[in-house]
Amino acid sequence: MPRITVTVDGITYEEDVEPRLLLVHLLRERLGKTGTPVGCDTSNCGACTVMLDGQSVKSCSVLAVQADGADVVTIEGLGADGSMHPMQRAFHEEHALQCGYCTPGMVMAAIDLLRDDPDPSEETIREGLEGNLCRCTGYCNIVRAVRRGAQEMGQAVSSS
Amino acid sequence: MTEMDAGLVAEQIVQSDQVNEPTSRSEVGRPRRRKEDTRLLTGRTQWTDNLSRPGMLHVMYLRSPMAHARITRVDVSGARDLPGVVAAFSGEDFAAEQGSLPCAWPVSDDIVIPDHPPMAVSEVRYVGEAVACVVATDRYRAADALDAIEVDYEPLPAVLDMNEALAEGSPKVHEAGNKAFSAKLTSGDLDAAFEGAPVVIDRTYVQQRLIPSAMEPRAVLADTDGESFTLWTSTQIPHVLRVMLAMVTGVPEHRIRVIAPDVGGGFGSKLQVTAEEVLGLLLTRKLGKPVKWTESRSEGNLTVHHGRDQIQHVRLAADADGRIRGLQVSLLADMGAYLMLVSPGIPMLGASMFNAIYKMDAYEFACTGVFTTKMPTDAYRGAGRPEATFAIERMMDELAAELDLDPVEVRRRNWIRHEEFPYTTISGLTYDSGNYEAATDRALALFGYDKLRAEQSDRRDRGDPVQLGIGVSTYTEMCGLAPSRMLGEANYGAGGWEHGAVRMLPTGKVEVITGTSPHGQGHVTSWSQIAADALGVPFEDVTVLHGDTAIAHKGMDTYGSRSLVIGGVAVLKACDKVKEKARTLAAHVLECSPDDLEFESGAFEVRGTESRKTIQELALAAFTAHDLPDGVEARLDSEATFDPENYSFPHGTHLCAVEVDTETGMVKIRSYVAVDDVGKVVNPLIVEGQVHGGIAQGIAQALFEEAVYDADGNLLTTTMADYLLPSAADLPGFTLDRTETPATSNPLGVKGVGEAGTIASTPAVVNAVVDALRPRGVHDVRMPCTPERIWRALNDGAQEGARP
Repeated sequence: MPRITVTVDGITYEEDVEPRLLLVHLLRERLGKTGTPVGCDTSNCGACTVMLDGQSVKSCSVLAVQADGADVVTIEGLGADGSMHPMQRAFHEEHALQCGYCTPGMVMAAIDLLRDDPDPSEETIREGLEGNLCRCTGYCNIVRAVRRGAQEMGQAVSSS
Repeated sequence: MTEMDAGLVAEQIVQSDQVNEPTSRSEVGRPRRRKEDTRLLTGRTQWTDNLSRPGMLHVMYLRSPMAHARITRVDVSGARDLPGVVAAFSGEDFAAEQGSLPCAWPVSDDIVIPDHPPMAVSEVRYVGEAVACVVATDRYRAADALDAIEVDYEPLPAVLDMNEALAEGSPKVHEAGNKAFSAKLTSGDLDAAFEGAPVVIDRTYVQQRLIPSAMEPRAVLADTDGESFTLWTSTQIPHVLRVMLAMVTGVPEHRIRVIAPDVGGGFGSKLQVTAEEVLGLLLTRKLGKPVKWTESRSEGNLTVHHGRDQIQHVRLAADADGRIRGLQVSLLADMGAYLMLVSPGIPMLGASMFNAIYKMDAYEFACTGVFTTKMPTDAYRGAGRPEATFAIERMMDELAAELDLDPVEVRRRNWIRHEEFPYTTISGLTYDSGNYEAATDRALALFGYDKLRAEQSDRRDRGDPVQLGIGVSTYTEMCGLAPSRMLGEANYGAGGWEHGAVRMLPTGKVEVITGTSPHGQGHVTSWSQIAADALGVPFEDVTVLHGDTAIAHKGMDTYGSRSLVIGGVAVLKACDKVKEKARTLAAHVLECSPDDLEFESGAFEVRGTESRKTIQELALAAFTAHDLPDGVEARLDSEATFDPENYSFPHGTHLCAVEVDTETGMVKIRSYVAVDDVGKVVNPLIVEGQVHGGIAQGIAQALFEEAVYDADGNLLTTTMADYLLPSAADLPGFTLDRTETPATSNPLGVKGVGEAGTIASTPAVVNAVVDALRPRGVHDVRMPCTPERIWRALNDGAQEGARP
């Protein structure tokens, strides 16, 4: 069984994994990182989105062995010093979640989208989140939250 | 009305509207951010699949690949021999103990409720029905072992089309035949209404089958201590489920605890007693070990109950001025292979809703439930009411077109005017309050109706390949399911009350316990607001417990826009009882008569003095019990149930503008305005969110979603790649506003909002699409209005949508 080394939310793990084990199952069932949920089996819904070496990936579409040597950040590792990431706060302020099942993936995808465009228009946000499905919100407040998160992250960068 | 007039009216409404300006101290009406969010935003969630128990085993089900077949042999021995496999079972192994999945709503005397074994024993009747299972040490091994199970089937004919199913000589789904039930409601003289009517409109609409698609797939974890059983399950109805599990399996009710932990959406799909829940209980009983099953999405598309699926034949008779004389509705409702918890009740929930907000002389509703070899249908957001609203709102547009009237005008001529409330409709419901004029005028103003009509006319004149369509939907719905007496009259198997309780803790903090079972609706926040106002305690000092039958010991759960209207009111009533207990204690402590006390801002004050005790201080006094009056218990805790005297009737006007490319058939929603009257509002932020999501789901039915079976009864839309849920890129922003006429059937004046958006939006969108194409001779497009269907409607001569 292949042995991999992977860092998840700042902690390094060494795990023996079946070659077929999905990254999301490694996270959820081996490492107890249940903050990242599974919503489908065809990589359409995006609920399982995490950061892999700084880029968003759907962790149901990545094998654990492919994450060997990688740095993974999940929704559980986003905040710093006990406070939420500005994007998490923006989702709260704008009521951008209801059942919350898509939320971890949505927040990750939103943060990733700002790497390409730190001040995205509504259209850019909608296009950028196309791979993440939400059944509760109709996306209106998610779009608002991403704009708010972008502004706050922009300010955070410029003030640092 | 001109746009300027509408603007003035809108301004007047805003001025008279107190919705956004609660009194400064009031929690109710404030856009409180949700208490639920932190956990959900930081991944500290308790989805059922996140939970595990020591020694937990994993279950996988083998499912029928045949729509209809006799099972001649199941051999699970090959699976049992594989590494990591603990057990494997077929339907025979459960036959003596599994009972039949329940149907709680026998809607007619002629209803046929077939036996519905949780695991098929001798016959399968839809693709996806469970025929065997494997229990293994991990889910990968359980999945591997399914391949080693052998099942022999003797194929039987699939039954897919409702009309064919009812025809003489059709193959039978069940021995008793393919008719599940028939029901009829008549009011007024229909013959007289149609006889000599200047206008008669006759249409057939198809409500396509939908897959509810809550984002969290179902999961069940069952455990036992050898005597009692605990089930964690992704359900909307832990309380109903507990009763039903006891009745189905014979396990005594007091030995069953059901917990709905974090539940990731439901939309009616988790209002069910599922095969996997019953089998989970039986498996943990057989094995003495905790067992967990989590469905995959493609398994869920096959086996989570579907929604809608009706053929609606509708006839409307009207006078030359557009006044409705009579309405005749004849439905075929696809039940699928079995009657599940409320399957037959779903079309019947529409029985009183086709007449909608309109006055008329006569009405007839007839419905036939039909068995087919497909997944059973049951509740999906709106449940019977979206179907009814769609049909009547499409018909109103057809009537307008027939008479060359504006579709808003034809509605105006027929709707119940605000001064006519309370109004008993032709179908016998009494609408307590509403103001259709106000909501419509506000919507027209926000939408810029006249300007868009002018643009539409211009595009038509120019022969623009991109045509503009404007869709109107003026809906109402019956919410707050439901007055127990009315449910009894409808032959439903339970009541419609709700339970609330309040525990005053020694430190003055408050635990509210509710029988509702939220799965995204934010009850913890809204109920905190209600309790904070009622008890005069800070919002932050209240917590809300729910979703565990051992904690929230009584309840009827969450569906049918009932939680606030019934459950929220039960909380309020429990708070009132706490206050009365506290008043007795306060009078004792303050040495006065209870009549001399005034309750203000959370404290009892002796009238005309400075002497006061807060309810939080009194909680401590009750706890220490050092100085209680004789006969007074050492607690302020109270509980209450609330059973409404009537349904509530939210309403609103939704307007949709679409651009339809007549060359490609593509539809783009240009603007969407919704003005809803949901009565008093506890949390405007949550209400807005409910409306947003509801509109999105209704648009999805209009434009995107359809569960498709092939000619052999195989579901073709088993994945999210095949079943098109709209993404952010597929939807526009929505412009929302509210008008407010309080409900008179409950002390909060609330009407419910969970289903409103879905009910209103589907006809608004389809009306807009048809409006764009009408000059080209199209009077219907069957849902979902895909580019292909629109292109065909334009090129095949207009009748595409009418074909069932």
